[in-house]
Amino acid sequence: MSDDLTRLSASALAARLAAREVSSVEATSAHLDRIAEVDGGIHAFLHVAGEAALKRASEIDQLRADGHDVGPLGGVPVAIKDVLCTSDMPSTAASKILEGWIPPYDATVVARLRSANLVPIGKTNMDEFAMGSSTEYSAYGPTRNPWDHDRIPGGSGGGSAAAVAAFEAPFALGSDTGGSIRQPASVTGTVGVKPTYGGVSRYGAIALASSLDQVGPVSRTVLDAALLHDVIGGHDPRDSTSLDELWPSFADAARAGAENLSLSGLRIGVVKQFSGDGFQAGVTQRFTEALGILERAGAEIVEVSAPNFEYAIAAYYLILPAEASSNLAKFDSVRFGLRVTPEGGGTVEQVMAASREAGFGPEVKRRIILGTYALSAGYYDAYYGSAQKVRTLIQRDFDAAFEKVDLLVSPSAPTTAFRFGEKTDDPLSMYLNDITTIPANLAGVPGMGLPIGLAPEDGLPVGLQVMAPAREDARLYRFGATLEALLEDTWGHPLLDLLPAQPTLQARTEPEGGAL
Amino acid sequence: MSDFSREQVQHLAGLARIALTPDEIDHLATELGTIVDNVRKVSEVATADVPATSHPIPLHNVLRADVVGDVLTNEQALAGAPDAADGRFRVSAILGEEQ
Repeated sequence: MSDDLTRLSASALAARLAAREVSSVEATSAHLDRIAEVDGGIHAFLHVAGEAALKRASEIDQLRADGHDVGPLGGVPVAIKDVLCTSDMPSTAASKILEGWIPPYDATVVARLRSANLVPIGKTNMDEFAMGSSTEYSAYGPTRNPWDHDRIPGGSGGGSAAAVAAFEAPFALGSDTGGSIRQPASVTGTVGVKPTYGGVSRYGAIALASSLDQVGPVSRTVLDAALLHDVIGGHDPRDSTSLDELWPSFADAARAGAENLSLSGLRIGVVKQFSGDGFQAGVTQRFTEALGILERAGAEIVEVSAPNFEYAIAAYYLILPAEASSNLAKFDSVRFGLRVTPEGGGTVEQVMAASREAGFGPEVKRRIILGTYALSAGYYDAYYGSAQKVRTLIQRDFDAAFEKVDLLVSPSAPTTAFRFGEKTDDPLSMYLNDITTIPANLAGVPGMGLPIGLAPEDGLPVGLQVMAPAREDARLYRFGATLEALLEDTWGHPLLDLLPAQPTLQARTEPEGGAL
Repeated sequence: MSDFSREQVQHLAGLARIALTPDEIDHLATELGTIVDNVRKVSEVATADVPATSHPIPLHNVLRADVVGDVLTNEQALAGAPDAADGRFRVSAILGEEQ
């Protein structure tokens, strides 16, 4: 077994911690050292917990030494997307308007990490307020894709995906409003899950679009995602949209899937609309090969048409800006965040406008203005109202599809990682990048992205997205673990074993400093 | 192509409380036109017989017991404020001179 603790999956690391072969302090130090070594190049982190993480790790080691049950993941480090409130670390959503802000409370998912004795090691970079598909809209500079530093790591959760891909953290939390967990997973060769809407609490997640946002796990293996989902999921009375029901163990589902590799009797639908023009050849090739593997394992593959998916992006870019323009009204320079007073003073309204001008980046302004327009009198029915109707039609497409099949699959993203700057001048082309992932958010159904190989033309990771009916997240984990095992049998190793060595560049983040 | 005038963008920015620069207004006038042209296609299928969906998973009223919960203290609530005095948020004048 490798002596490098950062190369272990979270579950393997947890096993060695439980066996007392390694301590949490050793595991945490190994990851902090890795961050110090490579994050200057990757810039996955906006804040590194440093001493605080080591202190927590030592406490957990002590608990274990004293004979306490520290739980299945006790002592394992975890990274947290900067959109989630942490009472001991800055929480900026990668925006200047929240620079240095330390919230007075923890998000429910963060509180659950702490209760499960996980060790938060830092906050990960993202597009500002989760608006973007590349992390190029982070106010603190982009994250680089560990597979190729000239390329984007996806977004908005590029920091979490890159941190996990580059072995800076065994797993991480992300959030997914239109693909912000699944698309970064696709372009970094990692696993990411957007749970059923309401399956994971949004309390303390800085809201982008409340009817679309979901927090979920980011990891290198399907089992690790399931273990993390088991920790963060379940009803939270502080989130009124949280589903009040009991969930099965997702880790059990993943273990069952890895145990029994037969897919006979499983009906898998391929979304017809997610193919053809706009899909890179190598993406299509790897996807087709994956379908072959599934078929040989006994699955029945059928083509499914979802005619209204074509309207998903249009509906999304009305609903999201509308909800965002309302959610981001809270950044008013009164209760928290940046305050900029215009020269010579001004009324509270002028101070507010100056603060928002200085504190928000270009994409955030674009979406707030677009949302304000879509909600304004005279346009509401034509835009926001119509978009909500499209949402109904997309749900009906999913309902019809799930009458015929158990799961739906597609490429996670139309292309592999693109180069920096390729799409920033054209907001629309950036938006089109999320074509495959947005429908699941509009319908509230769960989706998982997992790696299926490297595209032959550029050697970059390709992902497969699998979607299940609402509340059937366990189905994703069972299937995902089976496909992962079948692929690794073919390759002879996990995909991330092929990750190039990372250049050593001192991290720019101070261990105990603010967000940069 | 949808045209957004500078005045229209300026008006929206006022509603959204963002003091855009003239340069930003020029850019947004062009960009918004392109985006709106593309999102307008929702109306092709959003016919009168289709009900709207506001929320992906149907929910009913969510109630809780009418008791004081675990809430922030005054100090916690003010901890991140740009300015505070006497246990309250402090802001500049609410009304301008002309008001």
